[in-house]
Amino acid sequence: MQHSRTDYWLNSAGAWLLGVLWVLPLLYAMWSAFHPSEYSANFTLSAPWTLDNFRAAWAAAPFPQYFLNTFLLVTSILIGQLVLCTLGAYAFARFPFPGSNVVFGLVLVQLLVMPDIVIVENYRSLHWLGMSDSIAAMALPYMASAFGIFLLRQTFKSLPRELEEAARIEGCGPLGVLWRVYVPLAKPTYVAYALVSVSYHWNNFLWPLIVSNSVNTRPLTVGLAVFSGTDQGIDWAIINAATLFAAAPLLIAFLLFQRQFVQSFLRAGIR
Amino acid sequence: MSKLLNPSRRTNITVGWLLLLPSAVLLVAFTHYPALATFWHSAFSTPKGIRPARFIGFDQYRAMADDPVFWTALVNNLWYAAGTIVPAIALAMLMALWVNGKLAGRGFLRLAFFTPTVLPMIAVANIWLFFYTPSYGLLDQIRGLFGLSAYNWLGSPDTVLWCLMFVSVWKDAGFFMIFYLAALQQMPPELREAAELEGASRWQIFRRVTFPLLMPTTLFVFVNAVVNAFRLVDHIVVMTRGGPDNASNLLLYYIYETGFKFWDSGYAAALTVVLLMILALVALLQFTVLERRTHYQ
Repeated sequence: MQHSRTDYWLNSAGAWLLGVLWVLPLLYAMWSAFHPSEYSANFTLSAPWTLDNFRAAWAAAPFPQYFLNTFLLVTSILIGQLVLCTLGAYAFARFPFPGSNVVFGLVLVQLLVMPDIVIVENYRSLHWLGMSDSIAAMALPYMASAFGIFLLRQTFKSLPRELEEAARIEGCGPLGVLWRVYVPLAKPTYVAYALVSVSYHWNNFLWPLIVSNSVNTRPLTVGLAVFSGTDQGIDWAIINAATLFAAAPLLIAFLLFQRQFVQSFLRAGIR
Repeated sequence: MSKLLNPSRRTNITVGWLLLLPSAVLLVAFTHYPALATFWHSAFSTPKGIRPARFIGFDQYRAMADDPVFWTALVNNLWYAAGTIVPAIALAMLMALWVNGKLAGRGFLRLAFFTPTVLPMIAVANIWLFFYTPSYGLLDQIRGLFGLSAYNWLGSPDTVLWCLMFVSVWKDAGFFMIFYLAALQQMPPELREAAELEGASRWQIFRRVTFPLLMPTTLFVFVNAVVNAFRLVDHIVVMTRGGPDNASNLLLYYIYETGFKFWDSGYAAALTVVLLMILALVALLQFTVLERRTHYQ
């Protein structure tokens, strides 16, 4: 078995090399953020530790406001998506009408033509509605999600119809059936979808960049770009501290719920 | 079947449409209408001050044909797609095979490969920007160890696109890995065991069993990767702003610049039409490929 042993060690070494390369940017950001700025490019193990960079970054930009804006953006998109996609998916799964396949195809168009591709027209529409520079304008184009409708439709279709029959006999209307039968049974799909949606919109950049032009609406990603874009003598230690602010909530959530995270992506990925 | 489960056709239509209504309104407003309006508005000039937009037919497209920046952005984007898709998919497959097997520290490796996926692109672009900084950054410090002189990685037209491509591959590979991992875990172990009994080597098993079975996943990931390659601009905004001399300008970034920095909405519409055409091509590919896929099964 000598041959397969070397094989094993070679594969392990390769995997670890790549793994280290993959976390290197994050490790570097942490190193730099927790040390005085003269150590940003000087990796001395005896370098003193400090929290000054975080203090400086926090004082230099309105991060509490950015956090609040991102939080409002992500939750309003998620709530909108959960409600709208549930209703839409229910319609496709249980109330097929002539031509509903064609309509479903039209819904799926959004998988390719996402709101950040047609930015010019979407900006024009929201401007016309008098909604520029608002969190609502940032959220609205994403609330009806083809991916969410697709995912929930698959789940609803796979649930046994006997349960619906029982609920109907008990006197439930269409919405009652949806709320008491379909929604509770689709919980794992909802969790998976919520995780994908939150991480996508927490990280989203281009559309919020275009819509927001004041501190009151800017989400973290845009705030961070504005912050590091001011070219007055780049202090990498402070920028990296700010970078960790923006990444921390998702990163911590990811470290805590790693398994669920990966599994939800697995689930959400299967189309 | 009870009568309750067979609602009349008319109820189906009414309830179905009522449930769909909110989604339909938003999808039409922010997907279908803007896609069609883009075509329409590309036939108009950009309104300026007191001069309203006027119909100019194909003039925007004629201007585009003569616009060297457009051609640079298009060619860059094609290179960018070619240079990111294949490495990202190959690495994703390799990563999935690794973390699906029994390697030391498998938990850490899964975590490590997937980490870039949950980090905001804007945040990591800042970090990469530092890596590429001349003389001071990590890359040049490593070069310095070998006695090589400083190099302006993002400031040179020869290397800037490669640097951005590397960041994209780093960001995407771990995400695509998840899909391969899902496929590997659903694969029946009997096939592999049979091949092992026949005395097939690891490489033979990969080539003759695993790789063909991963083909549907590869097609799915491929379509995603193509769309990504034409849509990702976040790191360009932070790292290069399309420079130097448009060497890292890509289509969506050029649209963004045209529409929101030069405020030339007519020309931006015409550029968006090109991007929509490319995506339509991808959709067509996906459609025909998916059609073939069902034949295989």
